[in-house]
Amino acid sequence: MSEGTSTERPTRARHPSGGTFDFISGPWQRLPARVRQWAPLAIVLAVAVLYPYIVGDLKSFATIGDFFPELDAAVYILVFTMMALGLNIVVGYSGLLDLGYVAFYAAGAYTAGWLASGQFQEVSFHFGSVGIQRDTQGIHVSVWLVLLIAGSFTAIVGILIGLPTLRLRGDYLAIVTLGFGEIIPQVVRNGDSFGGFNVTNGTFGINPIDSPGFGTTLNDAVGLPVNFQQSFDKFRLFYWGILVLLLITVFCSWRLRDSRLGRAWIAIREDETAAAAMGVPLMRTKTWAYAIGAFFGGVAGAYYASFKSGAFPSDFYFNISVFLLCMVILGGMGSIWGVLAGGIILSWLNIQGLAVIGDKFNDAAGTNFEIAKYQFGIYGTIIVLMMLFRPTGLIPERRHKRELEEGVHDETFFDVSH
Amino acid sequence: MAALIRRPRPRAISLVGLGFVFLIGVWLLVNLLKDPERFFTVFLIGLTTGLVYALVALGYTLVYGILQLINFAHGDVFAFTGLLASTMILTVFDLTDQDSAGVIILGLLGTLVVVVAFGATLNSLIERVAYHRLLKAPRLALLITAVGMSFIVQNVALAIYDVNFRRVPELIPRSDVFSIGGVHYQWNKLSVVLITIPVLLLLTWLVRSTRQGKGMRATAQDPDAAAMVGIDVNRTISFTFALAGGLAGVGGLLFLLQFNIRYDSGFELGLIAFTAAVLGGIGNLSGAVLGAVVIGLIQAFNEGLTWATPGSDWTRSIIFGVLIAILVFRPQGILGEQVADRA
Repeated sequence: MSEGTSTERPTRARHPSGGTFDFISGPWQRLPARVRQWAPLAIVLAVAVLYPYIVGDLKSFATIGDFFPELDAAVYILVFTMMALGLNIVVGYSGLLDLGYVAFYAAGAYTAGWLASGQFQEVSFHFGSVGIQRDTQGIHVSVWLVLLIAGSFTAIVGILIGLPTLRLRGDYLAIVTLGFGEIIPQVVRNGDSFGGFNVTNGTFGINPIDSPGFGTTLNDAVGLPVNFQQSFDKFRLFYWGILVLLLITVFCSWRLRDSRLGRAWIAIREDETAAAAMGVPLMRTKTWAYAIGAFFGGVAGAYYASFKSGAFPSDFYFNISVFLLCMVILGGMGSIWGVLAGGIILSWLNIQGLAVIGDKFNDAAGTNFEIAKYQFGIYGTIIVLMMLFRPTGLIPERRHKRELEEGVHDETFFDVSH
Repeated sequence: MAALIRRPRPRAISLVGLGFVFLIGVWLLVNLLKDPERFFTVFLIGLTTGLVYALVALGYTLVYGILQLINFAHGDVFAFTGLLASTMILTVFDLTDQDSAGVIILGLLGTLVVVVAFGATLNSLIERVAYHRLLKAPRLALLITAVGMSFIVQNVALAIYDVNFRRVPELIPRSDVFSIGGVHYQWNKLSVVLITIPVLLLLTWLVRSTRQGKGMRATAQDPDAAAMVGIDVNRTISFTFALAGGLAGVGGLLFLLQFNIRYDSGFELGLIAFTAAVLGGIGNLSGAVLGAVVIGLIQAFNEGLTWATPGSDWTRSIIFGVLIAILVFRPQGILGEQVADRA
């Protein structure tokens, strides 16, 4: 680490003394500290909330307009950013390398498939479902509830995976989680006949999956939408829905980090032996990290399945796990703002950015280069470059940064012991 | 010291593990009794495939022994060498199944030399470019870098060879070497044995009896102490990577001669080979070969036997299940030693 981060200098750009931005930085400095702290956040949040209204105008700009994501792409971006935040709890806070996070995504998506679709034709069970005929066969639970159930179920899956494996250290844990990440999709793919019972509908996947909504009563009373999927504003509604979920995830990540549990995670990441000596129960703390990280992956997976109205085994493969890991590494392990930025940048690149950049490049250069085909090569390059030159990420976690700048201790920030 | 580190393993877990082994034994026995001919045919197939896996598994184990790094990119180096072998055979030497045996053997030997050199160069290049700067960094940083390198190698292969599967004509005939009862063994399978065994012997000699091999073993035990007694640790690491890459090259050619290969074949095969290395006891050379043969047999039995067999849809799950079971029940592998901080 010592060579890797020596290029990083403490930035002291906070006190500008004469420059082009005087007209704005002067009044800015005179604002109360509280306002200065919260104003950027409020602005970002306002833009995020109002994005569905301004996206049309943004996209009408000449050249840069193409770079703004459509609303359905924005839903994808936020879903994957939420998963990256979940993975950040496991990798960033606790220092447990998980290469099979896609298993949690799959578990969440299939929970939605089981509890909110016509998959189980033998029964007819309705609980708070919206926009579905009362006599439709299958299990139809309100999607809001399904999100919670999916999160809890996935957390249990996380615990079940964690119990036998969390004793292992570092690289072995990585490879075992990778193994689970490969096994679960295959089980799902082959799951159309467990003892003759169709659990997952095999390669065809489960669809359609019900949509979230507030039902006719709330619609009559306060005008909330009955059903997202059938609404004219479908994409807007789904966008705001995932935005709320993402904000909850950010809030939880932030509160967890400063909690007793979060400090225990960081202690384990810094030095497992020392943490154990200080009385941190290793297994329990690590299992909690797995369970909570899995929870957010499950909720995001269930929500995305509901948005796509389907859960298909082909969606879950190893590359997704690496893609999510890349978001965490790019942003900065353990840093909430970093992972948010990393998640948004990379999932934007994946769903739209690479294609747009490729098109622009091909138009300008007259070539015919399929940049999107090499997306994982690009992510691989990002991972290697970040690890070599800036292992703390784009926006390093404050604690890491301080350690690295002030040299509190020159040990590295994850599980180091040989 | 050892008594302090070794925690007593709960009895129940050992019993569960033994129970698994017992059930597998029963399953094999029933299959053997029901259809002995099929059993032995499948056994020979598994043995042959296992030897190819062994070549790749050795690469993992060599690198792990010296750096404690799971070199994720290794499987992709293997696939890349296989693809290069297809170019050599199809384009450069232009071999077909109509050529005379002498021409084919010469052509294959030429291909072997080229792919081994290529694998060795590529693997030590990866070490030089990506891992070298991180040797003093935490192990996890190195591992993450290896995952990244795996994707880079894979995409370079994709850029050159595109997404199609590559295969070569049947250069080595599928006629029988021997057939006892209904059990047949073909020349194309025997050729794998004929190439692998000398390579393994050569490797054993290299590691056991040469100065370089001694340096490798010393570096694996303690890099600092090795440096102190005058071993060039950097050169030894480079050499180990080159050796691993060369073995992957042999494996790539042999794999291509039997199956087809494309840019991402290395991912799954790499994981299978890694499982084999862990099964045998990672860092242990004969363990890697043993583990690879066992994994080859497991795969062949699962895909070839008839009674109560899950079938090829489940191969991947079974192999990873084996991996997880070993790490839970016996992290040191079959032949490995109990090492305090290994797992």
